[in-house]
Amino acid sequence: MAAKPRQAKLTLGPVLFNWAPGRWRDFYLRIADEAPVESVCVGEVVCSKRAPFFEPVLGGVIERLEAAGKEVVHSTLALIMNEREMDTVRALAAGTDLFVEANDIAAVALLSGRRHAIGPYVNVYNEDTLAFLARHGATRVSLPGELPAQSIAALAGAGVPELEVQVFGRLPLAISGRCFHARSRGLNKDGCRYVCAEDPDGMEVETLDGDPFLAVNGTQTLSYTWCNLAGELAELRAMGVHRFRLSPQDTDMVAVARIFRDLLDGRRQPREVRESLAGLAGGTPFSNGFYYGVEGVAFRGPESGASPPASV
Amino acid sequence: MKGTSGTLDLVCPAGTPAALRAAVDAGADSVYVGFRDETNARNFPGLNFSRADLEDGLAYAHGHGVKVLVAINTFPGAGNPGPWRGAVDAAAALGADAIIVADIGLADYARRTHPGLRRHLSVQAAASSPEAIGFYHRELGISRVVLPRVLTIEEIAALNKAVPVETEVFVFGAMSVMAEGRCSMSSYLTGKSPNTVGVCSPASHVRYLDTGDTLLTTLGGYTINAFSETESACYPTLCKGRFVARGKTSYLFEEPTSLNAIGILPELMAAGVTGLKIEGRQRGRAYVAEVVAAFRRAVDAAVRGEPAPPTDLVAMTEGGCYSAGAYRKAWY
Repeated sequence: MAAKPRQAKLTLGPVLFNWAPGRWRDFYLRIADEAPVESVCVGEVVCSKRAPFFEPVLGGVIERLEAAGKEVVHSTLALIMNEREMDTVRALAAGTDLFVEANDIAAVALLSGRRHAIGPYVNVYNEDTLAFLARHGATRVSLPGELPAQSIAALAGAGVPELEVQVFGRLPLAISGRCFHARSRGLNKDGCRYVCAEDPDGMEVETLDGDPFLAVNGTQTLSYTWCNLAGELAELRAMGVHRFRLSPQDTDMVAVARIFRDLLDGRRQPREVRESLAGLAGGTPFSNGFYYGVEGVAFRGPESGASPPASV
Repeated sequence: MKGTSGTLDLVCPAGTPAALRAAVDAGADSVYVGFRDETNARNFPGLNFSRADLEDGLAYAHGHGVKVLVAINTFPGAGNPGPWRGAVDAAAALGADAIIVADIGLADYARRTHPGLRRHLSVQAAASSPEAIGFYHRELGISRVVLPRVLTIEEIAALNKAVPVETEVFVFGAMSVMAEGRCSMSSYLTGKSPNTVGVCSPASHVRYLDTGDTLLTTLGGYTINAFSETESACYPTLCKGRFVARGKTSYLFEEPTSLNAIGILPELMAAGVTGLKIEGRQRGRAYVAEVVAAFRRAVDAAVRGEPAPPTDLVAMTEGGCYSAGAYRKAWY
């Protein structure tokens, strides 16, 4: 007789975009009060210039999340470029009671020897790397978005640490020292005027033919499509993955969390949530191609929420 | 014609045995190569070395006092460590002077299995801070780090004072606008991950469409650029295409320019750099011969404190233009 199946957990990833502090705070407060997620990531992952804006409200947000019984995960910058940025990671690493998610090897170095998480910006492609990170204190690893099902299954077979897979929201594709939001306005990073704040879901990038295919978020490049693995949750659980990441978009993330909670608890089937998820995405196409080992932009299968793309 | 650079190491690309001989003859201190499979980040058709090629190449290079570094710098896939471990084992068995690795797990394998084999950290690992580099040195015995192309000269100088290992920087060839080894843009459109199969914007997914007055270049069915008859078309590397954002068409990420740091070699030397790396294992023997010879002359002049001899490498660059990249702060 098999043991009782492990309970599936949801993590709300960090807000990747430059939202106004009030909105940022209200978003997290509503998540604390209403979203059926076990863990919530806070902290600036993309551009350290944004952090001063929400830092005054961060303490209140953390307090409310903890009071609501959520595990608070402190996400670090994906690319650490200078001493000031390293200081922010050092400060997090010094807080020994904090659960920190390392998004850069420098953060892994600072957290080595104590319990921590590895974020999706650290390259974890194989069992040897996973084992190395576990030996240095990683208890949870959020896998890179481009890993195919075959790799996820092989890594899950290793047993530890706990694995997490992103199942909703734009996929991070690249990080740079250069700010493309600023560059698109003829500005440089130092004098950026915070133009990234104008695009709460990132700035759409189209080809010369007018096909939208990427989204720019300051120094970060994301997929234009929103990842949606609603139809693959059952398969992922069968592999031994029991934690799933929802990456915040400018939509009703509480509704998104409820849908994924219902799917994980078996209260609803993927085909039953297809239309509501498509509505929450407001017409932005979904993708799940990386999972199937094909173009990440592709969307396969009838069960995942929206109609497949006409052509890829 | 070994150089006079002393501790400086001019590290030159060889995609073929012929290019290796050209690099050695033109004055390389070290040559870097890869095996003919997915274990290296220039896995292009018709390129790279068999085990026997490497054996011959090692004999030729060592006979001329030149070192050979083997790039095994992609990320082994889960459940399939064989090709990568085999490449490390072969490099050790054949007597390579060092391997260049990016993956933590593979570096750990090499450290455990071949502790005497020198390990360089590939640019694909994107280690740019004292904390990251110190960690790779301490935990994985890395003795040289190839620095990401995002640092200014001032930052490199500060870094060299703070790390216990040699550093190597790119001085010529492709520019990288994204943090290396951390980009899935190409696999998003093609399904082929540069990190695992070793090719960005693969030729198998590239099409050139001539519409009469315009030449379109596409990758995975997406238009990457369009050229009028008077423009020269360049290869559709994804991050160097022309795209539209907020109604404006531009080279949003990066122009199709090349890096050329030949004019700032004295500054890089003063910053404490050991390795000077020329990119281009995918380029032909003529490129290797010309670029290596030019850099040999420039490095030797810099070591003697003399002004750089005039060179013209424009014909060797992508898009016919070049810049000093991130070494100058203006790049951001």
